[in-house]
Amino acid sequence: MRYPFPVGKSDFIQGDEAIARAAILAGCRFYAGYPITPASEIFEAMALYMPLVDGVSIQMEDEIASIAAIIGASWAGAKAMTATSGPGFSLMQENLGYAVMTETPIVVVDVQRGGPSTGQPTLPAQGDIMQSIWGTHGDHMLIVLSPSTVQEAFDFTIRAFNLAEKYRTPVVLLTDAEIAHMRERVYIPKPEEIELIERKLPQNEEEAKLPFGDPHGDGVPPMPIFGKGYRTYVTGLTHDERGRPRTVEREVHERLIKRIFRKILDHKDEIISYDEFMLEDAEIAIVTTGIVSRSAVRAVKMLREKGVKAGLLKLNTIWPFDFDYIEELAERVRKIYVPEMNLGQLYHLVKEGANGKAEVELIAKIGGEVHTPMEIVERVVG
Amino acid sequence: MMYLKSAYEIRDKYLRKDMLPTIFCPGCGIGSVLQFTLRAIDDLGLNQDEIVWVSGIGCSSRVPGFVNFDGLHTTHGRALAFATGIKLTNPNLKIIAFMGDGDTAAIGGNHFIHAIRRNLDVTVILINNFTYGMTGGQVAPTTLKGLRGTTAPYGQFENPFDIAGLAVAAGANYVARWTVFNYLQGINSIKKALSKEGFTLVEFLSPCPVSFGRRNRMKTAPELIRWYQKITVPLAKAKKMPPEELEGKIVIGEFVDRDRPGLVREYQEYIKRAKRMMGWEQ
Repeated sequence: MRYPFPVGKSDFIQGDEAIARAAILAGCRFYAGYPITPASEIFEAMALYMPLVDGVSIQMEDEIASIAAIIGASWAGAKAMTATSGPGFSLMQENLGYAVMTETPIVVVDVQRGGPSTGQPTLPAQGDIMQSIWGTHGDHMLIVLSPSTVQEAFDFTIRAFNLAEKYRTPVVLLTDAEIAHMRERVYIPKPEEIELIERKLPQNEEEAKLPFGDPHGDGVPPMPIFGKGYRTYVTGLTHDERGRPRTVEREVHERLIKRIFRKILDHKDEIISYDEFMLEDAEIAIVTTGIVSRSAVRAVKMLREKGVKAGLLKLNTIWPFDFDYIEELAERVRKIYVPEMNLGQLYHLVKEGANGKAEVELIAKIGGEVHTPMEIVERVVG
Repeated sequence: MMYLKSAYEIRDKYLRKDMLPTIFCPGCGIGSVLQFTLRAIDDLGLNQDEIVWVSGIGCSSRVPGFVNFDGLHTTHGRALAFATGIKLTNPNLKIIAFMGDGDTAAIGGNHFIHAIRRNLDVTVILINNFTYGMTGGQVAPTTLKGLRGTTAPYGQFENPFDIAGLAVAAGANYVARWTVFNYLQGINSIKKALSKEGFTLVEFLSPCPVSFGRRNRMKTAPELIRWYQKITVPLAKAKKMPPEELEGKIVIGEFVDRDRPGLVREYQEYIKRAKRMMGWEQ
């Protein structure tokens, strides 16, 4: 297999470009998108690469159509992705729910910018944390990943595809304008260095007849993709294990939705990922996600120099959220600070997790600038 | 062939017995159009496992659930956007989009226009009953001026869309419109549509006595059919009529039949061009 970019060596590229290359290496062969700052470079890279690897890159009429097209592509057997920013992500929410309900593996990248509305198109923000988890209607469950470097943007994109395929679920990769446009050194591995997970396909006729059942007991049904003679019927209506609409039976709805929750939550130890920095003996914990983590690392070092025992917990997954671990952390530390580029979103999750065991303080910053390390330090030392 | 096979034979071959009965009301025309479509498939000898039915939301959009094929029942108005992903991923699959007039021309209007502009390889079977049947008889973008619906109880005051005309203007390869009364023309048009590359559309004026007719003094399907006979004009005759006489009439017939390259073929050429431009291939 020939790749349209160098593999097995490092390159100096933007976050958006890293996501596109990772998607190609993860086996993504269908991309549909609509131009939007600051996510357009992902699309432009895909447009350049996809035809060369016999994949599809197509510009749709809007973001609603973009996510619809990738869901269709996924049912036809392709690994598929779209990328957008806040306004487009809002348009995608209905079909994101359709992907949850129909258990369709897709990857949706949201490159966050200042909002609401058109807001600050070229500047970073973290205002879509809640939208990425709760944007679509009804009871639902999905996975949200959040990189803080260009290398992580690459690595988490591959992980996003693996998680989507493994759990037959949409996965959101939540990044921001800073990571999108920042150039950093990234190692682009050779294909044989990358571990890829492919969706389960039906192994026999009985499994093929239960596209929304649980034949393996792990909550994840094999996916009878189109064109293989399975004659699968897929609907966003509440459906039974065979896929037949059952819209008024309470038990059928509860069984379906609870299994969709269970297939993620039963595996949350495997899905949830975080990094710790000087947290073992810390009395002050800083909890971050995404780009702010970069400033927080420096802030921890500066605080340590001042004799403050500070440490960092960097969340690589935002959802499912490890409430138990935050509570455990709250029992160990005196206080938790949550610096984030919004007026309080991750803060509420951390506060719920801390469960009153430690004080939790928000360090909010909006307007398109990342917190400086000093801004975090000053809040901690008062 | 199509005259010889009994409806039972067609039913047993193509319908999912465990999904029956259908949700359709007495007098509804969707079942007739479904039968036309299945007879067309049968007559052409198409492989059941190489056809995917897609739909949006509404009465007609429930059809893919009753047929024994792969099917994707999607969100309101978006069927053709989903179809784009299926078709480009696996060009061997033939796509039938079974859609309603509200689904196609209102919430899905933009997807409809752009799918035609791209010449997406898909056959749209359009049920036009001038109303939102499933939600209880609201007016649609197709409701003729003066006709009543629950959201225009004093009579529609907006202009209607001519969906077939829109499709011709946007560049479809094949467009025809019939009423459910035009049995043979309907089946022949679907057969032609299914045999062609690119975007093909067969629109059917289809009775909805329960949600639409009841509010417009046509309580039964036969009354609606008689009304269709009154308001429809065959294309050949319409060409000879002055515009003022065509006011309030709906023209039926075959509007366009051409062979522009479809999206799949264009994209396959694009892949070759990309590889040539990058020097990967001669």
